[in-house]
Amino acid sequence: MLMRAATSTQIRHYQRLWLYALCAMIFGFLVIPCVMIIPMSLSASNYLEFPPRAWSLRWYEAFFGSPEWMDSLWVSLKVATLATLIATPLGTAAAYGLSRLQPAVAQWLRLTFLLPMIVPNILVAIGVFFVFAKLGLNNTIIGLALVDTMLVLPFVLVTVTSGLQSFDVNLELAARSLGASRFQAVMTVTLPQIRGSLMAGGLFAFVTAFDEVVIALFISSGGSSTLTRRMFSNIRDQVDPLVAAVSSVLILTSIVVLIGMQVFKRRAPGES
Amino acid sequence: MSDAVTAAAPAGDTGLLARAERRETIGLALLTVPGFVVVALLLLVPVGWLFALSFVDKSGALSFENYLRMTESVYVITFVTTFQISAIVTIGTILLGYPVAYLLSQLNARAAAICMIFVILPFWTSVLVRTYAWLVLLQRRGLVNSWLVGMGVISEPIPLVNNFLGTVIGMLHVLLPFMILPLYSSMKAIDPAYVKAAANCGASPLRAFWDVFFPLSRPGLFAGTVLVFILCLGFYLTPALLGGGRVSMWSMQIATNVSTYSNWGAASALGVLLLVVTIVILALLNRVFRVDKLYGGR
Repeated sequence: MLMRAATSTQIRHYQRLWLYALCAMIFGFLVIPCVMIIPMSLSASNYLEFPPRAWSLRWYEAFFGSPEWMDSLWVSLKVATLATLIATPLGTAAAYGLSRLQPAVAQWLRLTFLLPMIVPNILVAIGVFFVFAKLGLNNTIIGLALVDTMLVLPFVLVTVTSGLQSFDVNLELAARSLGASRFQAVMTVTLPQIRGSLMAGGLFAFVTAFDEVVIALFISSGGSSTLTRRMFSNIRDQVDPLVAAVSSVLILTSIVVLIGMQVFKRRAPGES
Repeated sequence: MSDAVTAAAPAGDTGLLARAERRETIGLALLTVPGFVVVALLLLVPVGWLFALSFVDKSGALSFENYLRMTESVYVITFVTTFQISAIVTIGTILLGYPVAYLLSQLNARAAAICMIFVILPFWTSVLVRTYAWLVLLQRRGLVNSWLVGMGVISEPIPLVNNFLGTVIGMLHVLLPFMILPLYSSMKAIDPAYVKAAANCGASPLRAFWDVFFPLSRPGLFAGTVLVFILCLGFYLTPALLGGGRVSMWSMQIATNVSTYSNWGAASALGVLLLVVTIVILALLNRVFRVDKLYGGR
């Protein structure tokens, strides 16, 4: 195995062992912090230890049994869902319009839509905090959802745009030449063809909105704190295993979602 | 816009087709309006407001006071720290990201898909969770310290977190996928035949890599470098948690000016300056590389 050529230029695997070892170490660096927290959250003690001397689910009980933490979880779920439901159709419409417009015009419009990714979050945070203070939107679900909608719009736009690029426009043209209006053609031919990208865009939007912290630090507090905002204050004040339990729940969720995406991708071949 | 449309219509057209086409263009442009309104109201208006605030002093009069204050040592230290950390983290992501992206681009589809999980999983895990994990791992009694002591590298725990080092490690971890992914996609596009041809012509593996493969991977390297550097400049979360108050980065200075001192003028000026630096870097990049491509456009 080691003597076999690794590349078409006859470099053998054993000559590349250093590369494999180096990459294995870097993969460890990338993944270990993401999974290490899970066993630590199962500790029975009052502080984090690895490996835990005694195992228990007490920190999960503390999380799911605490009204404040549960309130925050609900705020986050509501905000992320609202943002996804608004941003997905808006981003899809914009992606469709941009993909069919003159490239010169589309490029500039596209840059505007990418601004939420370019402008540093901290700047958005204090700007929105200032404006929301005048409008009375600070500490409201709708305020958080609106900001997150703006923030995740580029993610939907980018994902749907790449879906539209792999889509054969002739299918839509065929539907229109057979008498469908543009709207009908898009709804019944184009969108179903790129549903994988729509799902991925929506998922991306949801995850991004759910994970947002910096803006929430300024515009949400007390009873309207999002989950990540509450975690942030908790981490800054003390390092106890409760946040480890919350983190583990989030990590496990993202692993499940990742696997789900892979399965979904396999079921919808020809589309990424 | 209408010029472009008319130009696109064939010459000598009766005008009917051109009108229909123009109507369609307007319809398509209208589709982008709702999204545009969201970005305008929630991004352009707030940032524009900050822009205005940055030119107003405490008494409400027009002045450059907020910008002139930027030469005070407290701000200069912040700028220096920010650029230092950004440079170190960017170089670190290149050193760690390039070999990984190279390996991923050389593996067969199945092995690459498996190895890709190691890059995508952290990418999907919340930045807050990862930062917290590093806080736990790097503490005085944390895992890294006990490993190092156990292996005899150090005799007693050293401070790995709540300082410059901890901030760099945490940011390196968060930003590494942002380097690997553009590098990978540009390496994947390199035709292996080029490297083969170089080897055929007698180039050693190292020479074939350096003279053929590496130059072809430069667009991805360039994109990744700029992306990581820009993200570093405005990074808040990880330095705020892992810096332990000893590391003052640009974005933290903005936050402190608002939440501790309620000094909106200074915070706005810092924010506007940060945005200007970011846009200048992107504009320079735009001369050699289309910026919308950097963020996933084509």
